[in-house]
Amino acid sequence: MDQNVLLTMLPQVLIDGLTLGFLYAVVALGYTMVYGILELINFAHGEIFMVGAFLGTEVLLIMQSFGILEGLNPFVAFLLAILVASLITGGMGVTIERIAYRPLRNSPRLIALISAIGVSFFLQDLVRFTEGLVRNAFYLSGPQLFKGIIPLSSSIFIPTKTLLIIISAIVMMVSLHLFVSRTKWGIAMRAVAQDQQTASLMSINVNKVIALTFFIGSSLGGATGVLYAQQYGTVDPYIGFILGLKAFTAAVLGGIGNLKGAMWGGVLLGLIESLGTAYMGPLTGNAFGAEYKDVFAFTILIIVLLFKPEGLFGEAVKEKV
Amino acid sequence: MDKIKAQFLKASVQYTFVGLYLFIASLWLKLSQESILAFLMMLTSILVIYSANQLSSKVRIGIGIFVLFILLPFIAGDNRYYMEVSTQVGIYVAMALGLNIVVGFAGLLDLGYVAFFAAGAYSYGIFATAQANNFLDFYQFPLEGGWFWPFLVVGLLVAAVFGILLGLPVLKVKGDYLAIVTLGFGEIVRIIFNNLDKPVNITNGPQGLTPIAQPNLFGIVINTPFHYYFVVLFSIALIILINRRLEDSRLGRAWVAIREDELAAQAMGIPLVKTKLLAFATGASFAGIVGVIFAAKQTYIDPTSFTLMESIGILVMVVLGGSGSVPGVILGAAIVTILQVQLLKEFSFFLNDLRLAGIINLPSQLDPSKFQRFVFGILLVIMALYRPNGLIPAKRKKIDIEELKKLEMDAPTTGILMKLQNKKGGK
Repeated sequence: MDQNVLLTMLPQVLIDGLTLGFLYAVVALGYTMVYGILELINFAHGEIFMVGAFLGTEVLLIMQSFGILEGLNPFVAFLLAILVASLITGGMGVTIERIAYRPLRNSPRLIALISAIGVSFFLQDLVRFTEGLVRNAFYLSGPQLFKGIIPLSSSIFIPTKTLLIIISAIVMMVSLHLFVSRTKWGIAMRAVAQDQQTASLMSINVNKVIALTFFIGSSLGGATGVLYAQQYGTVDPYIGFILGLKAFTAAVLGGIGNLKGAMWGGVLLGLIESLGTAYMGPLTGNAFGAEYKDVFAFTILIIVLLFKPEGLFGEAVKEKV
Repeated sequence: MDKIKAQFLKASVQYTFVGLYLFIASLWLKLSQESILAFLMMLTSILVIYSANQLSSKVRIGIGIFVLFILLPFIAGDNRYYMEVSTQVGIYVAMALGLNIVVGFAGLLDLGYVAFFAAGAYSYGIFATAQANNFLDFYQFPLEGGWFWPFLVVGLLVAAVFGILLGLPVLKVKGDYLAIVTLGFGEIVRIIFNNLDKPVNITNGPQGLTPIAQPNLFGIVINTPFHYYFVVLFSIALIILINRRLEDSRLGRAWVAIREDELAAQAMGIPLVKTKLLAFATGASFAGIVGVIFAAKQTYIDPTSFTLMESIGILVMVVLGGSGSVPGVILGAAIVTILQVQLLKEFSFFLNDLRLAGIINLPSQLDPSKFQRFVFGILLVIMALYRPNGLIPAKRKKIDIEELKKLEMDAPTTGILMKLQNKKGGK
């Protein structure tokens, strides 16, 4: 392939990378919040994202089957799907914390991690089971709400849904930032992240704050699932695991426990992955190609942990959560 | 109740019980070759022998060896299916014992353990098929079956090198991060094996390698589950022996020290880097041996046998049984494998029969044999919550202080103490 073709591909590759990056970033927020407060890798977070994707798609499918989807403004349907998915996944997050993590808060971290892996596997098959029972299939394709395309120039197009995803992701991140830095509950969260015992002495209900953290993180994850379903069309019960790992990588890349870091880490990882996937084949004469895309994230993870374990933003911002 | 308990603590009662149990199990299995329950009872006899705590350990080991090497193959040897299940149980027991060194002894959570298994399997698979001709031209591959035995060592070495490779970056990270990094490593290895069919075809990619040459021993071709049962049994015996020896060695104690408190261990002069690397290499080398056996047994390997699911499965075995405890890990591996290869499948057949008879109407997607993750997930959470130390927790050696004091009195004082004493005496 000559260089001109590679160059004309670039804008599209960058847009794809940004979309992916914002998805990673919002999921990474969930990891970072839980890690900031409990120092626990919430392995099940990727599965919560997956459940969100299924719930959102189900909401749209149900509305479609009742014939209300056609009459509805796509934005309203979209918001409705996000709302339902994020409320339920938020509740799920709280339940998981109550059942599988809270009793283990004082036991070795290894045990808590094993419990988290257990929850994650359980959820994968649970979704497969219910979908198999209800729809007779494991994967689900929902209606696409936004089919428009915005032309930027004669050769570059941005699909409306992509733009919408980027905007929604930014809205979610900004409101979370405002919540954490401006509200009483946000301050309580930061206090608990700093020191649970001292926070509890300052009449902060630590359990409540942790539950709230799980609720917010999980509902963001679930909402991102709906965005994912809109972007990629089909969802299956196993999308969460690998995406969760990459989002975790993003969180580590940006500096885990740090909200801004999660965002930049996500965007960066999305861009790297997208560029790598698109250009690795042509640049190596098709010896190595897109099939190695999952290797990027893991390699980045290992390199970051080796050379800068505190992440890109680990030191710049002191506050946790 | 206490009386019954006291009765069970008598050695003679336990002897009778074990004997009776073995007799009933063998008779039942002999008479009804199809009965799963009889087979399970036979396998459980090992647990019964283990828990007969009034018998001396030599007697128990003797009876155990008798059951596994003579009784079981004698009774169930004709039944391919049972031998196959026993072999699979054995393979997982061996792997779980390897992971036990990394997770149980050294406390390093490894979620990519199956990568070493894959390394072993591929190192034999590539040379025991025509695959190696693609990049080596000094010999006409495949190798003949006799090479299987040296390749057990090759598999061990290759896997140990992989273990050290994984260990190197991992030395800087701890705890949860380590888990994620090893997971990433496992996935990278799988993806590479899955795609290394170009530019040079080394692993034949997703198509996998087949037919892998069957090993032979003194002219006998090893190709039935019956044969592999013994190959696996001998390797497990070896692995258990090494495990037991390691447990009480200087190295084993260093691992436990690192698991309990890295900082304190370092302060006591334990070289962290060397000790951790040795843990990874030892654990990996067991998986390498088992990988070679697995490749020969299946005569076919492809990357789908080496997924994250397998790594998690082996971790479940270790945690379920009791990480750090050799008998516990054996029990855990047996339970999980039987659950996986036998009970879930049996349950599937049962539901299938019901469906065919029209009693229940379940879609075929709900086949219980596909619900490994569901079962593993629940098992992991329940274990973490209620039995974090496993079914047979690792025992701590207790030191009798009085005994120790007595020893000190009798033992001649040596070294610097002696010099001090002499000085005192001199004055």
